[in-house]
Amino acid sequence: MFDPELAEMRFGCGLSPVVAPPASVPDMLARLTGPDEIALRFPVEDLTQFRERMKRSAEYLKTRRTMRGTPEAKIARKAQQVEKKNARIAQARWTAQRLLRRAWTSDGLRERLTWFWADHFTAVGKQGTIKRAATPHVEEAIRPHVTGRFADLLRAAITSPVMLHYLDQQRSMGPNSKRAQKKQGGAGLNENLAREVLELHTLGVDGPYSQADVRELAELFTGLYFDARAGFKFRKDFAEPGAERVLGQLYGSDKPNVADIFAVLDDLAVHPSTAAHVAEKLAVHFVADRPDPDLVAHLTVRFLDTDGDLLAVTEALLRHPAAWAPDLHNVKQPWEFMTSAARALAVPPGRFDGLKENELRPLLHRPLVVMGQRWESPAGPDGWPEDDSAWITPQGLAARMGWAMTMPARLQRDLPDPRDFVHHALGARAPEPVMFAAHAAENRREGVGLILSSPAFQRK
Amino acid sequence: MRHAAMNRRSFMGRSLALGCSLAASPLVTPVSFAAAPWPNRLVVIILRGAMDGLDVVQPVGDPAFAALRGSLPGGTAAGAHDLNGFFALHPGLGELMPLWRAGELSFVHAVSTPYRDKRSHFDGQDMLEAGTPDLTGRGMRDGWLNRMLQQVPGIEAETAYALGHDEMLLTKGGAPVANWTPDVGLSISPQAELLARRMMADDPLFHDALTEALMLSGADELAEEQGMIAPDMGGMAEMDAPEGKRARQPHNAIARFAAEKLRKDARIAAFSLGGFDTHLRQDVTLPRALRRLSDTILTLRAEMGVAWQKTAVVAMTEFGRTARANGSRGTDHGTGGAMLLAGGALRGGQVLGDWPGLGRADLYQGRDLMPTRDVRAHAGWIMRGLYGFDRALIENVIFPGLEMGDDPGLIL
Repeated sequence: MFDPELAEMRFGCGLSPVVAPPASVPDMLARLTGPDEIALRFPVEDLTQFRERMKRSAEYLKTRRTMRGTPEAKIARKAQQVEKKNARIAQARWTAQRLLRRAWTSDGLRERLTWFWADHFTAVGKQGTIKRAATPHVEEAIRPHVTGRFADLLRAAITSPVMLHYLDQQRSMGPNSKRAQKKQGGAGLNENLAREVLELHTLGVDGPYSQADVRELAELFTGLYFDARAGFKFRKDFAEPGAERVLGQLYGSDKPNVADIFAVLDDLAVHPSTAAHVAEKLAVHFVADRPDPDLVAHLTVRFLDTDGDLLAVTEALLRHPAAWAPDLHNVKQPWEFMTSAARALAVPPGRFDGLKENELRPLLHRPLVVMGQRWESPAGPDGWPEDDSAWITPQGLAARMGWAMTMPARLQRDLPDPRDFVHHALGARAPEPVMFAAHAAENRREGVGLILSSPAFQRK
Repeated sequence: MRHAAMNRRSFMGRSLALGCSLAASPLVTPVSFAAAPWPNRLVVIILRGAMDGLDVVQPVGDPAFAALRGSLPGGTAAGAHDLNGFFALHPGLGELMPLWRAGELSFVHAVSTPYRDKRSHFDGQDMLEAGTPDLTGRGMRDGWLNRMLQQVPGIEAETAYALGHDEMLLTKGGAPVANWTPDVGLSISPQAELLARRMMADDPLFHDALTEALMLSGADELAEEQGMIAPDMGGMAEMDAPEGKRARQPHNAIARFAAEKLRKDARIAAFSLGGFDTHLRQDVTLPRALRRLSDTILTLRAEMGVAWQKTAVVAMTEFGRTARANGSRGTDHGTGGAMLLAGGALRGGQVLGDWPGLGRADLYQGRDLMPTRDVRAHAGWIMRGLYGFDRALIENVIFPGLEMGDDPGLIL
């Protein structure tokens, strides 16, 4: 059953020599539903703040277009470049903040749930300033909703400007919309978001939908839009007139209305297939690649009984015996590996203060690339792989071991004695061969490196 | 990061001593030559940034060419090498001319993926690697090279390699592909290695990965010591691979590593080369990118030995560039482009494709080289030529929605 160290390893950010693990499941839930202290301590921008950057970029672009060939256009071009660069620098700082959140939080489950749901609703910027908006998107559209209703999370994620941009909803226009009729050519429907909402975000790829549902949902979605100034907005002139039939249900009318889109999202959010899909994903992410079917069924029922109350579903996960099986069956993703190492090392909260971008990136971003997880760049909208074998490849493991042997000394000036560190990092669960390595390593650096390289540390 | 000299020796000793236990690991069981599914090799190079096909394979015989290019130097007067009277090769690929004469180099012109109009690198590369007719649906989930591998039962982890740091959509998917980059070495002390092996002994996932990582990161040195780096050149020694500092650049290190694997059991290798997005001063920027491409091909050829005769290299890019030079002596994102093919398995020495012309009315949207054929068709015919895949399979599964058209006769 419940075990404080296991709670930190499986549902938190790993063991810390400083921050005490939770005492019980109610303690975990109390922390999770309390104020988000760590976010205040290590702040990052939210999307509302980030939009100021996008607004300025949009202004510069406008100047460049309307005043082509003038000195003003030249200045605007330069300013646009500076804006892009500043966003890139800010992104590097937020990565450091997010590492420190994981290293110092006493509410590790909140970080884990945020990561899980951000991955479920993968959205990143593709080019220009918005390319750096992934963290602000998570901060605003995901993080506040991880203990709320799934329907609210779904709505926040889908209407986030970063999502609308990432899955090309911005470009989608009803073939019979006012705008398309005026524009003639170049305008059309884009099914990308509609497809992913059904396939990835709600029902799942095996769910009861057809290509016709994708098409109708795409028509219903037309009008979802954002601009830098206002953020999300609904453009009636983009919207396809008429009702659309999704999963047999009619939505909308000749008068385009965003409420019809919210209605279909609300229905999808409590669909039995959505419950099963979400339950399976949670169990896979937190417990094992091939989870106990009873756990999945338990979570599914809880999801349906509570109309997708994510706090209730999370509690159901923590209360199920399979959640506390003593053997560790999952592997940390590179970001989890790196940040849990920082936590075990108690990397000082001021470690990244005043560092320039070209000092931050080799510390934080570059190692993730080598480990196979380029920061905020998953290959597709399906997010990062869960399969352990996708990460523990020869190259991936070599990169992790290389990191473990060299980087701890750069993150924490006073490397701990490996004989102590093995307990900081692994607690009472330290296996004999790792204890042996901690004592037999030929120096402190390799001793720490070996402990962090051990399967016992890399699993969760 | 490479093993120090002392480590090399320990690796040698170990590899002999561990012969049995290595064979027990599913990841490192060498596929014996006879058990490999095919004798032929395929190397796919993704040229990122949109290579300017009109500058690389210059249609000097087209009456509109010189005027369109304006400030960009072109033609034999600027050092380009005549190919067939109509086309001339950019001087940056001049070192490949001996391959052209030997029938080991071809080009395909005026080709593109089905991607049109938005001209985004991000989308263009996704589509090139996904090999699908559009960007929706399964296209984003796996790459065409992996789908090809999925068609072959018994593919082993050592059959196909994806090289470099970047995750490539091209090789993503259900079939096993070994990912490696030669600059991820595992340089740990012999003591640490021993302790690591002990820690991982009971965890098969970690144990197998470690075993292969140690083998892969020591492979270069081992090969050198056994004198395998200077393979039988089969009478082709007249062309030299890059030497000295150039040889150590990442693209050459990757090419050497790929060659070493392909000489043995691997049959497929894929990686990418960047630097082709030449909006500015193309006369300076493009030659650098072409030098990397040329070095890569020459390194593969030199290091593969006789296996080069059974090899096709396919270099393709996400789209072409504007027919007209822009205001900063570069070119902007366009549509139709060119593809490069090399290897001893080719019926080389050809510039293939239906030339659309460069007159104003011939250009796509009045600005880009008109694509006259799907670039996937040529990749499909190469697969068919090398591995005998069924045409329907290529057109429906590997490249959904593709019409392969007539056989362009790319493979001997």
